[in-house]
Amino acid sequence: MRVPLSWLKDYVDITTSIEELAEKLTIAGLEVTEIDYVGIPGGRDLERLVWDRDKLVVGQILEVKPHPDADRLVLAVVDYGGDEEEIVVTGAPNLFPYLGQGDLSRLELYSPFALEGATLYDGHQEGQVKMKLKGRQLRGIYNRCMLCSEKELGISDEHEGIMILQGKYQSGTPVQDVLGDAVLEIDIIPNIARCASIVGVAREVAALTGQKLREPNYEVLQEGPPVNKLVRITTDEPELNPRFVALVIEGVEQKPSPEWMQRRLRLAGQRPINVVVDISNYVMLEMGQPNHTFDYDFLRRRADQYDPGGPIHIHTRLPEKGERLTTLDGITHELPPFTILVTDPVNPLSLGGIMGGVDSEINDRTTNVLLEAAAWNFINIRRSMVALKINSEAGFRFSRGVHPSQALLGAKRAAELMRLYAGGTVAQGIVDYYPNKPWQSPIVLTTAEVKRIGGIDLSQVEIKRLLESLEFKVDDRGDHLVVVSPDHRMDIEQSQDLVEEVCRMYGYDRIPETEMSDTLPPQRSNIGLDREENIKDLLVQLGMQEIITYRLTTPEKEARLLPVIKSQPDDRPYITLANPITVERVTMRHSLLASLLDIVAVNRRFQERMTFFEIGQIYLAGEEGLLPDELQRLALVMTGPHIDPACDGDREQEGLNFFDLKGVIEDLFSAIHISGLAAEAASHPTFRPGRTARLLVNDRQIGWLGELHPLVVEVFGIHGDWPVIAAELDLEVILPLIPDEFQVRAVSAYPAVLEDIALIVDRGIPAAEVLNIIDKAGGYLLQKAELFDVYEGNPIPRGKKSLAYHLTFQSPDKTLTDRVVRKNRERIVKQLERQLGATLRDA
Amino acid sequence: MMLEQLNDTYQRSLDQLQNARTSETLETWYRQTLGRKGDVTQLTRQVGYLGPEDRPAFGKRVNEVKKELEAAYQQQLVKVRTAELEAKMAADGLDVTLPGRRYSRGRLHPATQTLREIYRIWGDMGFQIYRSRDVETDEFNFELLNIPEHHPARDLWDTFHTTEPGIILRTHTSPGQIHAMREYCPEPIRVILPGMCYRYEQITARSEIQFNQVEGLAVGKSISMADLKGTLADFAKRMFGEERKIRFRASYFPFTEPSAEMDVECMLCNGDGCQVCQYTGWLEILGCGMVHPTVLRNGGYDPAVYSGFAFGLGPERIAMLKYGIEDIRLFWGNDLRFLEQF
Repeated sequence: MRVPLSWLKDYVDITTSIEELAEKLTIAGLEVTEIDYVGIPGGRDLERLVWDRDKLVVGQILEVKPHPDADRLVLAVVDYGGDEEEIVVTGAPNLFPYLGQGDLSRLELYSPFALEGATLYDGHQEGQVKMKLKGRQLRGIYNRCMLCSEKELGISDEHEGIMILQGKYQSGTPVQDVLGDAVLEIDIIPNIARCASIVGVAREVAALTGQKLREPNYEVLQEGPPVNKLVRITTDEPELNPRFVALVIEGVEQKPSPEWMQRRLRLAGQRPINVVVDISNYVMLEMGQPNHTFDYDFLRRRADQYDPGGPIHIHTRLPEKGERLTTLDGITHELPPFTILVTDPVNPLSLGGIMGGVDSEINDRTTNVLLEAAAWNFINIRRSMVALKINSEAGFRFSRGVHPSQALLGAKRAAELMRLYAGGTVAQGIVDYYPNKPWQSPIVLTTAEVKRIGGIDLSQVEIKRLLESLEFKVDDRGDHLVVVSPDHRMDIEQSQDLVEEVCRMYGYDRIPETEMSDTLPPQRSNIGLDREENIKDLLVQLGMQEIITYRLTTPEKEARLLPVIKSQPDDRPYITLANPITVERVTMRHSLLASLLDIVAVNRRFQERMTFFEIGQIYLAGEEGLLPDELQRLALVMTGPHIDPACDGDREQEGLNFFDLKGVIEDLFSAIHISGLAAEAASHPTFRPGRTARLLVNDRQIGWLGELHPLVVEVFGIHGDWPVIAAELDLEVILPLIPDEFQVRAVSAYPAVLEDIALIVDRGIPAAEVLNIIDKAGGYLLQKAELFDVYEGNPIPRGKKSLAYHLTFQSPDKTLTDRVVRKNRERIVKQLERQLGATLRDA
Repeated sequence: MMLEQLNDTYQRSLDQLQNARTSETLETWYRQTLGRKGDVTQLTRQVGYLGPEDRPAFGKRVNEVKKELEAAYQQQLVKVRTAELEAKMAADGLDVTLPGRRYSRGRLHPATQTLREIYRIWGDMGFQIYRSRDVETDEFNFELLNIPEHHPARDLWDTFHTTEPGIILRTHTSPGQIHAMREYCPEPIRVILPGMCYRYEQITARSEIQFNQVEGLAVGKSISMADLKGTLADFAKRMFGEERKIRFRASYFPFTEPSAEMDVECMLCNGDGCQVCQYTGWLEILGCGMVHPTVLRNGGYDPAVYSGFAFGLGPERIAMLKYGIEDIRLFWGNDLRFLEQF
C-alpha cells in the first residue's frame, strides 16, 4: 500500500518528521518498508533529484504567442514572481489551444517553471538522466527558462506536454512546497485490511500521535430521479453477500479526472484512465471500500427484455452448472460452484467483489452509471480468487475483510465525486439491500487481563483512553470495561484481541522485559536427538564430513541405485506431491544414498577425496493410517585417495576401500558401546558382487555396506577411477541398542604373553568365522586375537589362504607360565583343525 | 730401545689420529693402534722381553701412552661425529615454507552447527528439544493453529500438498506446538521444536523449498508479553552479542495474539543501513507472540487459566547473516569449497 503524505494530511495533521512517523507505524504493525521522496530532500538515494527551491518555482502563463520563425514552437509569457515576465520558447502541445487568445491571466494557468541553472531530468532521454538547464538560442530567440513536464520533474514518465497545475497558486512559490511529497510504502499484513486505505492509515496515525481524524465528506447531493425506479437488488446468498448498495449517476461526462486526482493515483501506484474509473479507484484507495461501475444503459436495454419499463434487477447468486463469465481483462472463466456472481435475469455481470465482466463495463459512450458498493464474505472471496487465479485490488481488500458498514459510505463518496468532477446527476435515494447486518458483540476487559497477557500495568482509565483513540466504544463499569468495536473493524473477537490493541497503542517498545516467574517444567532430555548428535560428533572425529541434502527427490533418481532391476529402494509407496514446483523434487525420499551420491558426483569435479555422511529421515507411506513412517537413517560414502597428496614425496597413493569404511563403522560402534557388530557376505544390486556385506548386530540386520556396483557409479556420473564405498544404516534399530551405561574392564597388572599363529585354510572360509573359533577356544585368558596378515600364492597351495594372528594371553591375577600358554594355544589350534580343517603354516 | 720404539709409535699414532676425518678412518685407526692386534697393544705384550729393571719404567710409559691415546681418540671422535652430523643435517634440510600435509578433518554441516548453537542457548534457558514429523495433516499444520480452510491467512504459507487429501509437508514447525501441548498437558511447557519445513517457492538465492525452523513454546499460569520480550531479548543477547540492539514491532500470525516481530540491529552495518538490511538498520530475526486462546484450547489448556508465548526462527537465515552467506542454495548444494570453510 502506497501512502502519499500529501494525501494523508487531508485526514490527519502530521506532527512528527516523516522518519519518526514511519518508525511509529512500523512498531504498531504497519511496517513501512520504503519511503519514496518526491522532489524534497530525504532518504538514502543521493542520486535522486531534489528540486531547487529558488530555481524551480510555480509560474503563471499569461499569454501564448506564435514563434516568428517556427510553426511547431510557441512563445509563452510567464510570471514567475520575478521582476519581469519571462518569455519561454516551448513546443508543448497542450499550450497550442491557447495560442493567440491574448491575456490568459483569468484562466489561472500555472505550471512548474525552471530557471537557468536548475537541475532537472532530461525529457528527451530514456529513463532518468539529470541535466542542468542552460540558456540557448531556439530558432533565433534566446531562451533561458523552461516550463516543465512531469518527466522532467521525475513525477512520472509523461512528456507529452508541460504539467498544468489546477487551482490557485502564488507565482514564485517553490515547486517543492506545491508538489513535494513523500510516499510511505506500507506492508499490509492480513489482519489490518482496514488500513489498506489512506483514511485507515490516517486513523492509526491519529491514534498513535494523539491527533484527530478528519473523515472525508460522506454526504451526497441527490437531484436525479428516484433510484428505486431505476434499480432493485435481491440475493440468494445473504451469508456470502451481506450487503449491496446501489446508486445511479446520470449524465456523466467521459473526460480525464482532475490533475490533483491523477497525481494522487499515480503516487499511489495506479494509472489514471478516465474520470469514472479514476473516481472508483480513488474512493477505494481513500477509504477502503472497493466499488464497481456498470454501464447503466446496457443493463437498461436488457431490462426491457425481462421487465419493460421496470427497474433493472440486480441479483447475486451462485453460478449454474457450466456457467461462464468473461472478465474485463478478456479472460473467460469456468465458474467454480462457490463463486458468487452479480447478475441480471439475462446473464452474469461480474464476479462479486473480485472483477467486473466485459459486457457491462464502462466504455467511451457511457453516460449513465450504476454504482455498486457491496460487502462479501472474505473467506469465500479468497477461495474464489485462488480457484480462478485472479488478483485484483478489490479482491485483495475483500479477501481480507471489509466491514459491511463501509459499503454505504463508499457508495455515497463515489457518487458525490462523480457529481462534482464528472458532471453527473445523482439519482435520489439509495438502494441499500442489507439482509445480514453483523453484530459487534461487547467484550469485557479488565486491567488484570491486560496485565496477565500484555504484561503491562495500566489503569482502567488509561486502557479506556488507548482503545478510544482507535474509536472503540468503551464503557467503564467500575471493576471492568465493556468494549464495542467500531464499525470498520472485523478482527476483534475476544479480550485477547483487545489486549493486542492496547499493547499496540501503548507501544510494543514500552512493554517491560521480564524473566519468566512461572514454574520451570520438569527437565527432560531428548535421548533420540542426543544419540543422533553424538553419532554425528563421532563420525566427524573419524574424519567424515556431514552433508544435508534435499528430502524431496524423484523415483527415477532413486531407481539409479538399482540399475539392473530398475525399481525403488523400498517396496512401499512414495509420498508424492500434488503440486511439485520442479520436476526434480516430486517425492519424499526412500533413501539417503541417492542424494549423497549426487553430491559426490558434483564435488568430484573439484575434489578427489571425499568422506561424507548424512543423518536424516526417509519417508515410507503408512501401511494403515494416512501419515507415512518417518525413519531415521545414516548413510556414509567414501572415495578417493587415502590422504590428500602432499608435495613432499611421491608416496604411492592407495585408494580408500571397503575396509576403510568398515573400519569407520567399527570404530563408531565401539564408541557407542554396541558390541556384536558383524558383517556377512551378501548380495545387493547397488553393490559390487563379492564386495557387499550385510551388517548385523546380534543377528539383527542394521544395514548394508559395500563397494558400489560399477554400473551405479556410472549412472550417477561419478568420474575418476577410485572405487566408491557406501553404506546405509538403520538408526531406528541402532539407536535403541545404545546402552545407557557400560562397564570398564580392569587393566591387568601381570605381564601379557604374545603368541603368533599362522594358519592355512580354504580360501572361501570367512575371516570372521576363524576369529569366532579362536575367541571361543581361547577362553578367558585370551585377551585379544588380531588378524595381521592375509596371504595367498606360493608356497600356499591353490584354493587355500594363509591367515596370521597375534594372540595376547593375560591373566588378571597372576603371571602366566609357558605351560599354561602352550596349553591354551594348543586348544585353539585343535579347534581350528577340527572345525575348519586348518593346518598350522609353520608346523 | 723398546721405549724408543714405544715413543715413536705414540707419536706416529697421534699424528695419524689428528688426520683422521671420518668415523671409518677413526675406527680403523683404533683397531690398528689400540685394538687387540694394534700397534700399542703389540708393544705392551713385549714387556716380557725386558729385563726386570726396565720393566717398571716401560710399564708406566705404556700405560701413559694408552691413556693419552685413548683420550685423544675420544676427543677426536667427538669432533668427527659432530662434524659428520652437521654435514648430514646441512644436506637434508627442508623447505619449511612448503605447505603441510592436511589430514582430512571431518566437519558438521553449517546448518547443524547453527542448530547446535540455538539448542545450547535455549537449553541453558531451560527449554528442551521436542521434535515432530515432517509430513503432517492439514489439521495440525493449519486448522488446530487457528487457520481454517480458505482463510486468507493461508496466503502466508505456500504449501506443498501430497496426492493424499489432507496430507501436506509442514510449512512451519508450529504443528509441534499442538503435539507438545497434547503430550504434556496440564504440565507447564518450555520447549523448542526444531525441524525441516517445506514451502512451495521457486528456489532462488533468497528462498528455498526446504529449510530448518526452530519453534519455541512456553505455557504456564503466569506468562505474559513482558516475559516473551525478556526471554527473547535474553536469547538475542546470547546469540548475537550483549550490546546488539533489538526491537519488537506488532505483527500478525493467526496462532498468536498479540503477535510481534523481533528485529535485531544489522550485524553487517551495525545499524547504519546497508544492502542486507535494506537500509533500515534492522534485520527481521523471528516472529513471536502470545499463544492464541484457540490454540491453547486445542492443545488442552484452558486459556482463562493458562497463557504462553511462541516464536519461530530460521537457523539458515541466522547463519547467512552471521557468516555473510549471500545464497541460501549453498546449504543443500553441499559444495565442499563452501562446507570446508566451517
